[in-house]
Amino acid sequence: MPRIYLGMGAALIASLVALLIPQVLQTLVDGPLQDGDAQEILFPVLLVLGLGVLEAAMIWLRRWFVLQPGTHVEARMRNSLYRQLQELPVSFHDRWPSGQLLSRAVSDLNLVRRWISFGIVLLVVNVATIVIGLIFLLSISWMLGVIFLVCSIPLWVYGYVFENKYSQIARHSQDQVGDLATSVEESVHGIRVLKAFGRGKDALERFGVQAERLRATEIEKARAIAGIWLWLLLIPDLTFALSLLGGVWLAANGELTVGELVAFFATATVLRFPVESIGFLLSMTFDARTAVDRYFEVMDSVNTITDPAEPQILEHPEGRVVFTDVHFRYQDAPNDFPDLLNGINLALDPGETMALVGLTGSGKSTLTALTTRLYDVSCGTITLDGIDIRDLARADLRRHIAMAFEDAILFSATVRENVLLGRPDASEEDLAEALSIAQADFVHSLPQGLDTIIGEEGMSLSGGQRQRLALARAVAAKPSVLVLDDPLSALDVDTEALVEAALRRVLASTTALIVAHRPSTVMLADRVALLEEGRITAVGTHSQLLATNEHYRFVISSLDEDEVTG
Amino acid sequence: MSLNGVEGEDRNDFTREESKQIRNRSRRLLMSLLRPLWGRVTLTMGVVIVSTVAQVVGPALIAYGLDHGLPALVNHDSLPLALAVGAYVVAGVVGAVLISWYTVLAARIGQAVLIDLRKRVFHQTQNLSLEFHESYTSGRIIARQTSDLDSIRELLDSGINQLVQGALFMLFIAAALFSVDWLSGIILFATLIPLGFLFRWFQVRSQVGFRRTRIASARLIVHFVESMTGIRAVKAFRKEKRNAEEFGRLTEDYRDANSKVIQLFGVLDPGLVLIGNVALAAMLLVGGLRVANGELAIGVLLAVLLYTRQFFLPAQEMGMFYNAYQSASAALEKISGVLEEKPSVPDPTTPIDLWQAKGAVRFDGVEFAYTPDRVILPRFTLEIPAGQTIALVGSTGAGKSTLAKLISRFYDPTDGRISLDGVDLKRLHPKDLRRAIVMVTQEAYLFSGTVSHNIALGKPDASHAEIVAAAKAVGAHSFITGLPNGYETDVNKRGGRVSAGQRQLISFARAFLADPVVLILDEATASLDIPSERLVQEGLQTLLADRTAIIIAHRLSTVSIADRVLVMQHGRIIEDGSPSELISGSGRFSQMHAAWRDSLV
Repeated sequence: MPRIYLGMGAALIASLVALLIPQVLQTLVDGPLQDGDAQEILFPVLLVLGLGVLEAAMIWLRRWFVLQPGTHVEARMRNSLYRQLQELPVSFHDRWPSGQLLSRAVSDLNLVRRWISFGIVLLVVNVATIVIGLIFLLSISWMLGVIFLVCSIPLWVYGYVFENKYSQIARHSQDQVGDLATSVEESVHGIRVLKAFGRGKDALERFGVQAERLRATEIEKARAIAGIWLWLLLIPDLTFALSLLGGVWLAANGELTVGELVAFFATATVLRFPVESIGFLLSMTFDARTAVDRYFEVMDSVNTITDPAEPQILEHPEGRVVFTDVHFRYQDAPNDFPDLLNGINLALDPGETMALVGLTGSGKSTLTALTTRLYDVSCGTITLDGIDIRDLARADLRRHIAMAFEDAILFSATVRENVLLGRPDASEEDLAEALSIAQADFVHSLPQGLDTIIGEEGMSLSGGQRQRLALARAVAAKPSVLVLDDPLSALDVDTEALVEAALRRVLASTTALIVAHRPSTVMLADRVALLEEGRITAVGTHSQLLATNEHYRFVISSLDEDEVTG
Repeated sequence: MSLNGVEGEDRNDFTREESKQIRNRSRRLLMSLLRPLWGRVTLTMGVVIVSTVAQVVGPALIAYGLDHGLPALVNHDSLPLALAVGAYVVAGVVGAVLISWYTVLAARIGQAVLIDLRKRVFHQTQNLSLEFHESYTSGRIIARQTSDLDSIRELLDSGINQLVQGALFMLFIAAALFSVDWLSGIILFATLIPLGFLFRWFQVRSQVGFRRTRIASARLIVHFVESMTGIRAVKAFRKEKRNAEEFGRLTEDYRDANSKVIQLFGVLDPGLVLIGNVALAAMLLVGGLRVANGELAIGVLLAVLLYTRQFFLPAQEMGMFYNAYQSASAALEKISGVLEEKPSVPDPTTPIDLWQAKGAVRFDGVEFAYTPDRVILPRFTLEIPAGQTIALVGSTGAGKSTLAKLISRFYDPTDGRISLDGVDLKRLHPKDLRRAIVMVTQEAYLFSGTVSHNIALGKPDASHAEIVAAAKAVGAHSFITGLPNGYETDVNKRGGRVSAGQRQLISFARAFLADPVVLILDEATASLDIPSERLVQEGLQTLLADRTAIIIAHRLSTVSIADRVLVMQHGRIIEDGSPSELISGSGRFSQMHAAWRDSLV
């Protein structure tokens, strides 16, 4: 960052120039003004003018140098943070409240920009100005200078105390800002629930409590700043008073000229702003430091799901997926809890469609998430065409295996972009085909057809419509393996039948793992795997399992016919 | 043209009229925020005025010490000097103590304003209809409440202190300068002309610039929030790189907007110094000549020079905080837009209480359309007697959810009226409305906190026993007790791991606990496995015995517990009758039912 240094250089020159002006005043007062020589006033006045213009020019230069770094550093840090967050595994995102991430990406980095654009340069320059100014003061009158020096000692001590106190409060405050952001996010994302139950008031109350907490912290912060301000104002004033006493006394005894006294006070006045500014510059600095700390908490988080050093390449996978003794437990699961997946053994032949059946919460969705390494297995292996999926580059793996989640996640983009998320270069025909397989032809009747921007999270679409788009997306990716997590749950019976019929064509040539709750979905599959207490306890065709397995009958068999017609 | 609410929020090419309108709007907001604080504001102003006076007398005292103290001391009279020094010490102590007090006072006011504003926006967010939220997007409303409030906070934190103090300081210094030497005062006065131009230029340019930063930062936040919320899909479909590019573009845009503003500031700041220094030289010339001619005391000249320097010192600082001020006012403009939005589903002005609702729902000539040419539900009339259980069936997009949303007043009908026990929903007290009618939707959103906290959302004062009873009634008890900490398990800690089905069970328990007279279930069992669904349905049979229910379900098994079936198609109710009637008939429903029975085998 050479520009920062150049900026500091310019700023230093500006300060020096500012400090030189009183020197000119001294010669003026002791010379022409004493002698009453009006002719000789002009030159020193022009000199003051010249120095004044130079000071302004230097400040302009400083701004010009320092302008870029602040915003650039901020932008770079923000981009890195974003990239890191996209890179970090899903388990990281499970743990971190989203508001804390947002507050880091926005509030904290703004603090950093402000500090670099205003804070750092002023801080360094003002401290330097104070030091140089002291030298000037000493050179004008060493006695008065010593008064200044001695008086400034308590300031340095207080500054140190202030740092400890303030840093803690700053950390609190920034964490609380993150909490508040989390509440805001939840209140917006959960607005339907809050409205349905008329709980907006309660949410507001809880938010109010958090906001009060932040307010208390902020006022504590103000108290700390008020504390340092007191000393930063009081001590220079007392010093001025002492200097006035000493200076006039010295002048009366003829040890100091009037011009020197004038210069002394003019110089000391130049120093006032730098001294006073130390207060807010320090608080700004500590804010920025806390922000950087918080930033690095995310940047230093270890990514546990990374690409292998030398990834294997799988050009045209057949789509054989094999789970061998797969165990999985969430990191924060208590020790006395058994693994959620406790030794899964399952093999999907190329082109085969396997339905995964089990009770709610038995780990079906988790199992599907393992296939694309959204989570990594705790132990055991998953292979694609005999290659451990951890030996493939993640991007490759996820190109070969496409997923549709149980909650359809859509982005605020056009229908086209949403559906072609997995294969942006797909042709119009592929797009149309995917949409028609998923029975998502309703998109053509949207205001701008395929180019309609569907609301963020697809909120203006119905649940069934969103689910069909998510399904179309997985299909459009043309993967070797399709992993569908209960893909038809929100569809009505007619549409479901149509989708199933169309999906069969795709499934004929694609390996698929389909989480199913309904017999109708199971019918899509060649075989069914039953997940029970973390293991696959039975694999077979629907009718086989229905005939032989008690638990399977319990899980999948429909409500009694009598009840239906009841 | 006039702008209403958040209209034109993404634009930055306002006409003079519009710009004025927006400024007035945000000024009104500011005044309404300050009004309850007038007492404190007055006190604070008093404190800052006294403290500034105390600070401003400094140079005058130095001049006095130099012009009177020094000659007197030479004549062995130390009293004038002692007076000057004593006064200086008193002024210094008073000034410092008051300023320090003022800092805390101002922070209190600032924080009071901020918390008021936070709550207002939060409240408004909750009040605005879904229609607004669907078009405004959550990211933007989050941006309003985070980054926009941040920049106001930044101003209130320190900026306003410096701004008020600085302005007063300049005012008093100007006054002091006039009083020590009126000619110098006039010179200072003359600098106000270039100063005025400079600030005006900065204000006009930076207003546009800061508006742009607000727009850019909102876009940034929208993208950020969305990609973090959808991180699974981002990863699964390898959107990371495309996202990073897009985000990089948004960051660059924001950076550019910010850097443009700082650039303006880079002119303002040296401009101020330049004007100050030129003024200084001018005063030196005018003053020096008079000193040389013996018309002016040298101490007075020193005071003039010190004052001039001090006059322009805070100007520099103020420039920086003026920056904060402009940024905050751009943010306030956006926020005032959100606050100005009228909820399209407003609370009644004279609400009607309905303590003991029975649950009779009536649609009277109701029509619903998003826009005049997009009619979703053509005019219809429907009567649902209290206690009846209705199954609402039909293909996706037939308008079932819209009907449900109308009953729960997420939307108001375009025409006609919907009533509960004869009371128009629009006039029903919101509290009574929400107590009487509860809707459970397919997306079962969980808030951070424990499982029991999430269930208790249905009835905040519920006891633990009630919560457990509700969970048991919908068959959620067994999975909850299987969680690491049972009912006290933090759902956030287990993140996305409470499965969709489990989330639905929790939200069912929520509705059960709320105990409404009208219960609407919109696809609320879609993600449940069959055993759970069976349990829920058993629970429903008892639950629905004495209340009105409208059940939307694709699985026709629900029909078994319904008294009446409504079949919808293209927004119209095409069949209406008891399940057995319809099944044995030859209409749409009997076909659907047959198809569904086939799908079970």
